[in-house]
Amino acid sequence: MSSVVSRRRMVSPGIEYRESLWARMKKSWRSYAFVGPFLFLFTVFTVVPVILSIVLSFTYFNMLEFPKWIGWANYIRLFLADEVFLIAVKNTLLFAAITGPVSYMMCFIFAWFINELQPKVRAFLTLLFYAPSISGSAYTIWQFIFSQDTYGYINAHLLNLNIVDKPIGWLIEPKYMMTIVIIVTLWMSLGTSFLAFIAGLQGISSTLYEAGAIDGIKNRWQELWYLTLPAMRPYLMFGAIMAITGSFNAAGNIQALTGPNPTDYATWTVMQHLNDYGTVRYEMGYASAISVVLFFVMVGSQRLVQRMLHRIGN
Amino acid sequence: MAIRIRKKRLSRSTGGDLVIFFFLSLGAAFMALPMVYTVSQAFKPLNELWLFPPQFFVRNPTLDNFNDLLVLMGKSWVPITRYLFNSLFIVGFGMAGNVVTGSLAAYALAKHVFPGRKAIEQIIVLSLMFTPTVTSIPTYMLMSRLNLINTYWAVVIPNWSWTLGLYLMRNFMGAMIHDSLLEAARIDGASELRIYAQIAMPIVKPAWLTMIILAFQRLWGETGALFIYREELKTLPYALSQVATGGIARAGVSAAIALIMMAVPVIVFVINQSKIVETMGTSGMGGE
Repeated sequence: MSSVVSRRRMVSPGIEYRESLWARMKKSWRSYAFVGPFLFLFTVFTVVPVILSIVLSFTYFNMLEFPKWIGWANYIRLFLADEVFLIAVKNTLLFAAITGPVSYMMCFIFAWFINELQPKVRAFLTLLFYAPSISGSAYTIWQFIFSQDTYGYINAHLLNLNIVDKPIGWLIEPKYMMTIVIIVTLWMSLGTSFLAFIAGLQGISSTLYEAGAIDGIKNRWQELWYLTLPAMRPYLMFGAIMAITGSFNAAGNIQALTGPNPTDYATWTVMQHLNDYGTVRYEMGYASAISVVLFFVMVGSQRLVQRMLHRIGN
Repeated sequence: MAIRIRKKRLSRSTGGDLVIFFFLSLGAAFMALPMVYTVSQAFKPLNELWLFPPQFFVRNPTLDNFNDLLVLMGKSWVPITRYLFNSLFIVGFGMAGNVVTGSLAAYALAKHVFPGRKAIEQIIVLSLMFTPTVTSIPTYMLMSRLNLINTYWAVVIPNWSWTLGLYLMRNFMGAMIHDSLLEAARIDGASELRIYAQIAMPIVKPAWLTMIILAFQRLWGETGALFIYREELKTLPYALSQVATGGIARAGVSAAIALIMMAVPVIVFVINQSKIVETMGTSGMGGE
């Protein structure tokens, strides 16, 4: 009996007894053993590198010489002397403000619709919707569709039907570029959170809905707001972080569409700017400063979304 | 199972069902584009790849592209099977490590109360928002210090602390496992490790199956370019991408490669997804 009591205290110490921190930590050794392997690797491969790069953001570091401390100079240069960075910030904010919320809602709405179906149909549709994310180079199809030469799918057909007399530069003319990039991004957005939402929705027990029907839930919208969304809150938080990091970190797919030197920097994002300084110009101090700025913007957005999610179901 | 549940749910109108069905079919057709396109391209003979105006569907399907690929790969001095083995090794160990370290930590974070838990969770969430690009250099320096450059482990071990996977697991554990169930097992004298393995993990099967899909995809595309320089240790995606860079003449071969690179994750996905549906059908477990 006593061993049972001590085991229960091990799991929830401090509730039944007030003990010293050290005593509580000693009692929790099992929890630390569970977290340990992950935490060790996480510290070595994430926490330390992140701290190092925050320190580097205050230095000039070209990867050959030892970093030279320059204080806030990188940050001052970013906001006062780097015009391209300001264009990138403007583009990224526009891009994130559209793709973040829309992709987030798309993930949830499609997952919710699909969840209503029978298992076989559900598995099949999940695959179809996830398809753009599963083939790593899915956006190549869009290069083919929007290609600016006469072989581009749209251009070829427009020319063939005599609607235009010369091919349109879908991916090189600033007035089309951002729109196309946003459309393609949204099309590829049913990824990680979509799968998490599907698994999460399937984990909600049917007794919850049966009880809801007895309590007077009338239609699927009431059910969604009062039962499904509150039960999904942990997954929604996960999805929000995915949407935020996905939309603020966008670079690779955009670059694949509009190239490494987009016309007038029309689709140049902060992340592309960072990669440019980090992997092309080897100014690691400056690149680190960009990543620190990006980090704070993302944390801010996450806090905002967190507050909104707490209102669900009230 | 789901059919039985559906019939019980009264809050459904036929009109609404139809609207949803219409939306889904429209979306599905649009989303299926890359798969259809990839399959279609892979079977096009070379002259069809350069038709004007371009055609979406293949007219005279042929296996030429796959034959050409086989011939090309046969000439490579590192046999293709070696690249395949390298990839499978990295994917296998990387994935296993992801699930083990991630779910162990997720279990304790979701279901234990211990000093420092809140702080650890906060740091993990914050770390998700830091760009990984800038951490690659410290990682490289560490790997070279540990003499792990040019080994599989340089790619595999950093992957074991996959924050995103852990965070996903932690949210599922928190939502799907009832504390009362764990308390009951503790009173029966089950050890924490046993509770984790025999109670928690079976309940969150959909979570780690989802995690496996995501981890597989991530590791399957891994070229290891930063850490592996010896040709015989390089991965399949690397080898295939080398073939594909041969220019216009290799367009057919590239299309075949794209199909192969897509087919493997699709198969893994289908197997996993059907298992997720199976679990949900048979277990009556659910969150609060």
